[in-house]
Order: sequence, then structure tokens, then C-alpha cells
Amino acid sequence: MNPGDLTAPDIEWIALSPSLIVYGAAVVGILIEAFAPRRVRYPAEVVLATLALAASFAAVVGLAAGDRGTSKSQVAGMGSLAVDGPSLFLQGVIVLVGLVSVFLFAERRLEPAAHGARVDSFAAQPAAVPGGAAEQEAIRAGHTTTEIFPLLLFAVGGMLLFPAANDLLVLFIALELLSLPLYLLCALARRRRLLSQEAAVKYFLLGAFASAFLLFGIALLYGYAGTVSYSGIRDVVAGNPASLDAGLASTMGNDALLLIGGAMVLMGLLFKVGAVPFHMWTPDVYQGAPTPVTGFMAAATKVAAFGAMLRLLYVVLPGTRWDWQPVLWGVAIASMVAGAVIAITQTDVKRLLAYSSIAHAGFILAGVVAVSEDGVSSVLFYLAAYSFVTLGAFAVVTLVRDAGGEATHLSQWAGLGRRSPLLAGVFALFLLAFAGIPLTSGFAGKFAVFRAAADSGAMGLVIVGVLASAVAAFFYVRVIVLMFFSEPKADGPSVVIPSPLTMSVVALAAVVTLVLGIAPQYFLDLAGQAGTFVR
Amino acid sequence: MNPENYLFLSALLFTVGACGVLLRRNVIVLFMCVELMLNAANLALVTFSRMHGNLDGQIMAFFVMVVAAAEVVVGLAIIVMVFRSRHSASVDDASLMKL
Repeated sequence: MNPGDLTAPDIEWIALSPSLIVYGAAVVGILIEAFAPRRVRYPAEVVLATLALAASFAAVVGLAAGDRGTSKSQVAGMGSLAVDGPSLFLQGVIVLVGLVSVFLFAERRLEPAAHGARVDSFAAQPAAVPGGAAEQEAIRAGHTTTEIFPLLLFAVGGMLLFPAANDLLVLFIALELLSLPLYLLCALARRRRLLSQEAAVKYFLLGAFASAFLLFGIALLYGYAGTVSYSGIRDVVAGNPASLDAGLASTMGNDALLLIGGAMVLMGLLFKVGAVPFHMWTPDVYQGAPTPVTGFMAAATKVAAFGAMLRLLYVVLPGTRWDWQPVLWGVAIASMVAGAVIAITQTDVKRLLAYSSIAHAGFILAGVVAVSEDGVSSVLFYLAAYSFVTLGAFAVVTLVRDAGGEATHLSQWAGLGRRSPLLAGVFALFLLAFAGIPLTSGFAGKFAVFRAAADSGAMGLVIVGVLASAVAAFFYVRVIVLMFFSEPKADGPSVVIPSPLTMSVVALAAVVTLVLGIAPQYFLDLAGQAGTFVR
Repeated sequence: MNPENYLFLSALLFTVGACGVLLRRNVIVLFMCVELMLNAANLALVTFSRMHGNLDGQIMAFFVMVVAAAEVVVGLAIIVMVFRSRHSASVDDASLMKL
């Protein structure tokens, strides 16, 4: 070959189709924003996003049906992306969560019509000063921010890449690709815009800080192994690199690079899942962000970040498991205890759910530290179960409103069960699933992760986990008692009748919660088959 | 010259940036400190690339520059938006959600 010749990269288009469809649709969405007249943007974006995510889900199912998750799993895209069981399973969950989130984003029956135009829960003109003349003008003109749909698609695209990343460069790009749209989406609330902007600033600064740590960790791991590919690093950690040169010989004995680098990368991922001590952003961002965004972020980011963490720990760093296992034990215990205990003192529904998500990050970590195939499949199942419960719970929060918008203070929820028993009943179902009561998906998930942890000898972790679940059950049940057994307030909030969009979200989440709770076996088997990483 | 010295410089820059994020109060300065951390990582990547004699680290540094540029776009948009509504760039003022 002449030096000037380039060999075209060999891309497996079929294997990568789930994410490629989403990127393509996101770019088309941006073009619609740029060129289409304002009144067709909303229907065009909603249809485009829905179709793209449905097509992407179909692609995931097609790949899984073609045994690409089990016997035919492969490393695609010149060694940079893994198409295997865990990545396909998590991509399926993420795409479904994204699809359902589109419905939440598109809901236009909750806010009162502004000057005859139906509006959603996003700011009319995000750049305008809250309460200023420009904002009034935008509201009068009936403007809406339809850019949320391409932003959602880009975030979903990053999340699809994150658990599939098979080298450190893709890991970093995927992290940024999923984070940057989320920072923007956090800032776009129609009501309480100062809170929303504050949430965006906090999320952005802390997120950028965490990704800088992740990047420096990547630099150190690269320095240690001389390669950014996962398999290459694993070989160097195991002590048998593919080729040994002078540079590698001088760095691969340096465990400080490996341990500090691995710790910093892990720190970046633990920040994304919101585990203690990297959880500080969670309550503020969950509270301030528009509730549909909170639901999407809480559900999908956790799935993607745990997927990336599993692959990093199980594929790249299994050789150092004696170093990272005790650390993750500590993080898991701290998350479970701190999340459950602090949640008791919360008075805001969204903050309560935020602390509960911190506790759940701890429960999932208990499955991660098991370091077994059971551990992987239990985490996969837990993530699928948890993401739908979370999405459903936040969808319910969008419906309980008073004149000032969503009524998120817990005291306002008193007696909700007497006014709208159906909605309060569904919310109670989600809370019971969070608490891990039998016959809900939460129980099956918790049982799976704790059994995997116990089988790997982590009894202490399981005991703390069960105790933390008991503490957590206390405040979930307290909310249920508040909804059903206290007198409604005279000026309390009312439940808005939503369009079929939000109704279908809540119904789907409730069905998934019940099905995964009553008949989990099929899905446990599915997760069990998907538990092997391609090497 | 021994390339290891560049690694010490990069660790120093990273630490300066991290301390800046933790200690300073102005959003813009915080953001500059984050950029400093990213560039410290770039320096480390390029140095390791030189030590190992392959190009992975240098290619990665290019990607980091692009990502940092995208981050500036998003970050400054958010910061300017907040400054417009609050007339302040101090992170201590952003405390509406403090209990």
C-alpha cells in the first residue's frame, strides 16, 4: 500500500443502526427547526421523534432476535462499539424510555392555553428574561420551544452510545453527547424559571467538573496502557500486552497510573448515576428541571451510566477487582443509607424522588459489586424495572397542579386519594414499587440484586441494603398514608385531565410495574441471556 | 528533555483548575477552571502519546478540543441566561433551593 492510500473504515451499518437512526432523526429535527414555518414544527418534531425512536427500538429488537446479543455478539465500528447482550438490552430500555418521554414532552393540555395557543411545560422563549417584556411578547405570540425534541434525540443518542462504548474515547464523547443536551433541557421550564435556570447552572458546572475528572482518568489509563481500547487495556492490566515496546515497558509497571486513572473514570460515572458522595447535584437538579425532563433524565441517564460502569469494571478492570470492590462497597452503603435517611426529611415530592433515586443507585451498585454474570443480569433487570417506575412517578407529578403550576409540596398532596382515587392509586403503586413490596417490579429487582450480592459473599452489603429498604419503605408509605388517610385541603391542588399522551405514559409505566412484579420470569430470563459482555 | 516533566506540569494545572472550581465564586471563573482541567488532560494525553510513540492520545486531544468548544457554547448560553435574570455571576446567589 502506498503511504498516501487510505483504507476505508469498515462500519457494520446494521449492527449500529439503533443509534444511527436516532442521530439521523436528531439532525433532521434541527433542520426542521431551521427551515420549517413555526406552526408545523411541533407536529413535525413529535412525529419525527416518535417514528425515529420506534424504528430504533425495532432495530434493537431485530438485532436481539438475530442472536446478536448472545452467540453473534461482536465489536463493531473499528473496535469502538460493542454490540452484545448488555448493550442491546440497555439500548432497548433507553430507547423505550426516550419514546415514552417524547409523549411527556409533547403534552399540551396541562398548562392553561396562553392567548388561544396550547402550550407545553417548556419556556416560550428561553433566552428572554423571566417576567420581562420579551417573554410576555413570546407568550402572547404563542411561541413554544420545539427544540426540545432534537435535544431529547441527541441525549438519547449519547445514552445509546454510553453503555456500548468499547474504548475510552467513545466513552468520553458519549458522556458529553448525553450531558450537553440535558444541561439545556434543564433550563427550559415554563414556570419557576429562576429555579430551572439555577438547576441548569448547577448541573452544568458540576457535570463539567465531573467529566474533567473522567477525562483526566482516561489520560492516565491511556498513559498506563498505551491504548484507549478496552480489550487492549485489559490485556495490559493482566500483564500480557499484544506488543511490548520501550514506552509501554516503562509505564505498565506503574500501578499508580492504573489505580488513580481507574478511580477518576469511576468518579465521573458515579457522578452520573448520582451515588454518594457525588450526589450533591441530584436533589436540586431534579427539583428545578421541568418535570418531564426530570423523569427522562432520572430514568435514562441512570440506565446508560450503569451500563458504562458495568462494562468498564467487568471488561477493562476485572484484574483490579480487589482494589475497586471495597470502594464500591463503601459507595453503595453510603448511597443506600444517606438516600433513605435524608429522604425522610423531605417536604417536596420531586426532592423526595431525587433522594430515593440516590438510594436506588446504592441498591443497583450492590448488584454491580457482585462481579458475576448474575450480578450483570440482575442490574439489567433492576434498571429496566426502575426506569419505568421513575418515569411513571414523575408523569404523575406533572398532573397534580394548582394555579401556580405543579403542586410539588407534600402538604398539598394531602387527601389526594379522596379526590382522585385512580391517580393516587397509581402513584401509590409506583411508591410501593420503589419500596420493593412484592407483586411490584421493585421487589423482583431488589430480590435479584441482593441475591447476586449475597451469592458473591457480600452479606454485609445485603443486610445494610435490606435495612435501608425498610427505612425507605417508611417514607414511601408515609406519602401513601398522607394521600389516602388525611382530609383534603380546601384550596388544595386539582388533578388535570391530560391528553392521551401522558395517560399512555402513566398507563404503560403501571403495566410494566405490575407485569415485571407478577410475572418477572420471562424478563429475568431475557436479562439472564443478556448478561455476557463481548471481549 | 524528559517528557515526564510535562506530566508533572499537567497534574499541576489539573490541581490548580480543581482548586479553582472549589474555591472561586464567579461562574465565569469556575468555568475557566474547568477548561483548565480539560486542557491539563490534553497535555497529559499528548505527552503519553509521545512516550508510547502512537497517535491515539493526540487524536483524543483533538476530540477533547471539539467537545470543550461545544461545552463552551452550552455553558456560556446558560451562564448568560442566568446573568440576565439575576444580574449576578456569583454561584452563592443561586440558592433558591437551599433548605
